[in-house]
Amino acid sequence: MNRWLSWTRLVAVMRKEFIQMRRDRMSFALMVFVPVMQLVLFGYALNNDPRHLPTAIISGDATSVTRSLVAALQNSGYFKLTTPPASHAEASRLLELGRVQFVIDIPAGFTRQLMRGETPVLRVDVDAADPVAAGNAITTLLQLSQQVLKQERLAVPAASATVKPPFELRLHRRYNEEGVTAYNIVPGLMGVILTLTMVMMTALGVTRELERGTLENLLATPVLPHEVLMGKMAPYIIVGYIQVGVVLLGAEVLFQVPMAGSLGLLSFGVLAFIVANLTVGITFSSLARNMTQAMQMSFFFMLPSILLSGFMFPYRGMPEWAQWLGEVLPLTHFLRLVRGIVLKGSGAADVWPHVWPLLVFTGVVLALGVKRYRRTLD
Amino acid sequence: MSGAIIEVEGLSKSFDGKFAVRNLSMSVRQGEIFGFLGPNGSGKTTSIRLLCGLLTPDAGQGRCLGFDIRRHAREIKRRVGYMTQGFSYYEDLSVRENLEFIASIYEVQNPHLVVQRALEQLGLTPRQKQLAGALSGGWKQRLALAACLLHEPKLLLLDEPTAGVDPQARREFWNEIHRLAAQGVTVLVSTHYMDEAERCHRLAYMTDGRLLAQGAPSELMAASGLVTWSVGGGHDRALEQRLRELPAVEDVVSFGTTLYVSGTDAAALETQLTAVNADRGLVYRRVSPRLEDVFVHLMRTAAEGHA
Ligand SMILES: Nc1ncnc2c1ncn2[C@@H]1O[C@H](COP(=O)(O)OP(=O)(O)OP(=O)(O)O)[C@@H](O)[C@H]1O
Ligand SMILES: [Mg+2]
Repeated sequence: MNRWLSWTRLVAVMRKEFIQMRRDRMSFALMVFVPVMQLVLFGYALNNDPRHLPTAIISGDATSVTRSLVAALQNSGYFKLTTPPASHAEASRLLELGRVQFVIDIPAGFTRQLMRGETPVLRVDVDAADPVAAGNAITTLLQLSQQVLKQERLAVPAASATVKPPFELRLHRRYNEEGVTAYNIVPGLMGVILTLTMVMMTALGVTRELERGTLENLLATPVLPHEVLMGKMAPYIIVGYIQVGVVLLGAEVLFQVPMAGSLGLLSFGVLAFIVANLTVGITFSSLARNMTQAMQMSFFFMLPSILLSGFMFPYRGMPEWAQWLGEVLPLTHFLRLVRGIVLKGSGAADVWPHVWPLLVFTGVVLALGVKRYRRTLD
Repeated sequence: MSGAIIEVEGLSKSFDGKFAVRNLSMSVRQGEIFGFLGPNGSGKTTSIRLLCGLLTPDAGQGRCLGFDIRRHAREIKRRVGYMTQGFSYYEDLSVRENLEFIASIYEVQNPHLVVQRALEQLGLTPRQKQLAGALSGGWKQRLALAACLLHEPKLLLLDEPTAGVDPQARREFWNEIHRLAAQGVTVLVSTHYMDEAERCHRLAYMTDGRLLAQGAPSELMAASGLVTWSVGGGHDRALEQRLRELPAVEDVVSFGTTLYVSGTDAAALETQLTAVNADRGLVYRRVSPRLEDVFVHLMRTAAEGHA
């Protein structure tokens, strides 16, 4: 029998944790249904190709060209024109209040400038706080304006692609300067859900024993700290895989997100990520003095994970210090990994650069957790 | 090996600058049932935790089962059965699952069989599938005792194992303890019950983190120098008050219709009591002091020593 790890003891702890998890129906149900709920909530915004988006047009140029442009926009079904605002200020206010999603500003002399071969500016302000909702509408806007101008024989023939376009469509995204594309969200959601449940559930692991008084007994037995910690983590690996399965299935069935890469490779990456999060939870659990503290620590970990990993805001748009911080977080690497595999079909070699940081992270955090695990009641 | 199973010298432990145990020295011999007594907060639990390595002493040293309590806590843990004061098994596991868990943690050979036998021995077989949290207090205690016996420890540390247990179950519990002691197991047990204290081979009495006295129950009685008289035949509050005011009387306790009067000065006590009896038809009898009176006396003298 090995002095530093007893298989019997490790299995005993795992078995006990499994039974306890199974008996805790409420938590178990939550762990399975939270992914479904999140997926539907997030997915609803992403799946809908929203139409009839409220749009305000400020036209300083009433010509047949602009009239047919406006008519085409309306006919596309994507835009619902509101009563034209009186001023730019009012239009801006409507956007701010969320009454309209788009403000299209056709400047005075737009048609004249076009005729002369100059490049007038068609300014479009878009509320991109929900980039997904706006994405398709913007694409339509671009296509339509090209079409209309072609009909009006003002556009340059497609053949001479090198010639600059007749007008400049200046898109101003507000509230979210870079658009995040729809498909990025589902794989990202997988990472967020895993972080949430893995960290939170295990963070309660040791503190629960401390609060219920069972830790005194456990500490009086010959069980070793890492046996307890590893044994407590094991059941959640299975929970994690169930969650991943639910998200992947949901992504496929509900939103037809393509799965470009290998499932085997994804499972491997998922394992590395799950274990990384479990070590965070279990380490919090060793550091905290009670369950409330453990929960608070989990929240402190959740926030930067969601904000700085590239899930919420585009990674490259963040300030440098935030990127450095993000680089430490497992979710950052997992997002790259999972987006690579699911969307781009990355292979093992492409994925490795995102896996080893997870392994390093796990090692460091677990060492801290084992070191801080209480061996006495002092 | 006979001789001292527990041998500690000058153990001290304080929490937030307040002493919980100070300068504890004691020794417990093999096969002995050693009782630990003292009022709430006197440091019994803390002492037991120090002995099995659950707490690190601030000062002092000692050996438990031949292992240094500071350096070889793990070796001690393997060989000790510790029953905590509060129930500390898993309430969401069944009786059987709890026992199987503990058996595997101690790497007991053939755990299934060992658990089976433990269940039978303590009459837990019909309840093996019940969740531990659903057991009544007495059954929880039995489960806890069964669990700490699984690995056949050489030393049992039992912290108030019979608190809140009915008299019948308590008696069975103590028969079990005596049976184990007869097999050579050393038992250190803390309790608040005097009848249990009388069933111990030796006792230690603590107050305020200090060990006040140590020895066999009869030795403690003799050493206290306490003399007790029972006063029967028509007692009322006025008489009790009057006896209490006698200079030689240290304590008066009433049990039913009998008063027990004790003091250390035997001769003075006798004269003064007789004087009170002059005008009444009371029945006096000299009895052996009860253990409880001895402890109350010990506490009182300790308090006077401090004041
Ligand atoms: N973990 C701890 N932190 C702070 N103080 C403690 C701790 N454990 C015990 N104490 C204090 O040490 C003193 C002795 O407590 P201990 O539990 O050893 O008493 P006890 O004799 O077992 O009492 P009881 O009969 O009520 O069980 C008490 O004043 C208690 O408040
Ligand atoms: Mg106690």
